Amino acid sequence: MVEENERPQAGFQFSNFGRNEALVARGFQMPKCRKTGTTIAGIVFKDGVVLGADTRATEGDIVADKNCCKIHYLQPNMYCCGAGTAADLEMTTQMMASQLELHRLNTGRQVPVIAANTMLKQMLFRYQGYVGAALVLGGVDKYGSHIYSIHPHGSTDRLPYTTMGSGSLAAMSVFEARWKPNMELDEAKQLVRDAIAGGVFNDLGSGSNIDLCVITKDGATMTRPYDVANVKGQRVGKYEYKRGVTEVLNTVVRPIEIVSETVKVVSEEDMDTA
Amino acid sequence: MMAAPAVSSHSTMKSSHLASLTPDWMNNEVLTGTSIMAVEFDGGVVVGADSRTSMGVYVSNRVTDKLTRVTDHIYCCRSGSAADTQAIADIVASHMELLEVKLGDPPRVQIAANTFKEICYNYRDQLMAGIIVAGWDKAKGGQVYTIPLGGMIVRQPVAIGGSGSTYVWGHIDAAYRPNMTKEETVDFVKNTLTLALTRDGSSGGVVRVAIITKDGAERRVFLHNELPQFYQG
Repeated sequence: MVEENERPQAGFQFSNFGRNEALVARGFQMPKCRKTGTTIAGIVFKDGVVLGADTRATEGDIVADKNCCKIHYLQPNMYCCGAGTAADLEMTTQMMASQLELHRLNTGRQVPVIAANTMLKQMLFRYQGYVGAALVLGGVDKYGSHIYSIHPHGSTDRLPYTTMGSGSLAAMSVFEARWKPNMELDEAKQLVRDAIAGGVFNDLGSGSNIDLCVITKDGATMTRPYDVANVKGQRVGKYEYKRGVTEVLNTVVRPIEIVSETVKVVSEEDMDTA
Repeated sequence: MMAAPAVSSHSTMKSSHLASLTPDWMNNEVLTGTSIMAVEFDGGVVVGADSRTSMGVYVSNRVTDKLTRVTDHIYCCRSGSAADTQAIADIVASHMELLEVKLGDPPRVQIAANTFKEICYNYRDQLMAGIIVAGWDKAKGGQVYTIPLGGMIVRQPVAIGGSGSTYVWGHIDAAYRPNMTKEETVDFVKNTLTLALTRDGSSGGVVRVAIITKDGAERRVFLHNELPQFYQG
């Protein structure tokens, strides 16, 4: 039975922060955080928003997960792409999803996107940037379609198109060249795919597949994967030597001579089962 | 304005090979390297700002609106940390909304400005925020209050702020005249900001202007090709 005061607390915990800082000061090599070197993006189109993300999670220079999900659920009309520290993103989006659900239940209305934006920025500002979450929030409500980019320190921007993560420059160049107002769904999906592909191919921190999430007033559809940017190729030929191809130069046969034979009987008492 | 030090979680990543490939700007806080200004005129105020938000050398938003509504008749111009100034503006806006209900009258500009000051001064060690508060009320008409980094407050007929302001102090002294008309004031703001954002690397984009009178705020945007042409060297 777990004592009441031993029960783990919900939410973020910083109780080991002081100890860890002291250890680092004495030269301790801290284990690395799993950070999602990422390309995430979101755009507004005619009927709603399209969110996109790559699926690579990195731990230093190791690919920790080749097919992770970076588009997180907040509400039926709202999803959120995350870049930064994987653990922080997971916690932030889960806590926000539950708070928004409570908000929806309390008000009996669909939660507006700006409410999620305000709650996220106030939480991140309170943590002064120590919660490493860079987000692209997208959704549709009765006021229209919205994309917000939210930085770890708690600043937000409302934009018609935005990108985040280490691959954001590659993705943004695609948007700056090709985004226009009132795009059709197919055109919008293709643009976000191409933007994420820009990150996947030109940023080492991003890679693998491309996930898309389309949100309209009729609801959200996640497509995972929407596109596999790097399909593993089929091996064309057989790279094995056929039997008998190697020329036999000479053959020597050495028969095995049995010199002696001993049989050791092991009694049951002697057997060591340790 | 100087970039804030990287958050401490990044320091643990320094040894990583990939971290060295991460562009330096990603570790920087989002800053509004800015040119902002506000000018009083007879009947109201004109506030103006550029539209660039940067993280180190990366422009994270080129169409930012740094003229933030506090009430219908009070706006503020934000410079410094984007997160800090947005948080402060949201808090003051919420205070003012409550105050309007309590008083049954729109809050005065001086009250809003002092609320900004109170936060900026009390948290001066933790914040990086240079704010200009401007607006109109029926007691004193158009007013401009500037609150620089330490949390001081002072009323001025004309105020400039942000990294770009260092380039245009001389122009302010040369070109400002008391009792300008509304359109003269708008031109003065437009010219000053154009001079600032062409000389300051961390200012740029479009020039946003708001004219606040007894009728509320009138917003204007001047695109790159609509700005005055000065000496191009």
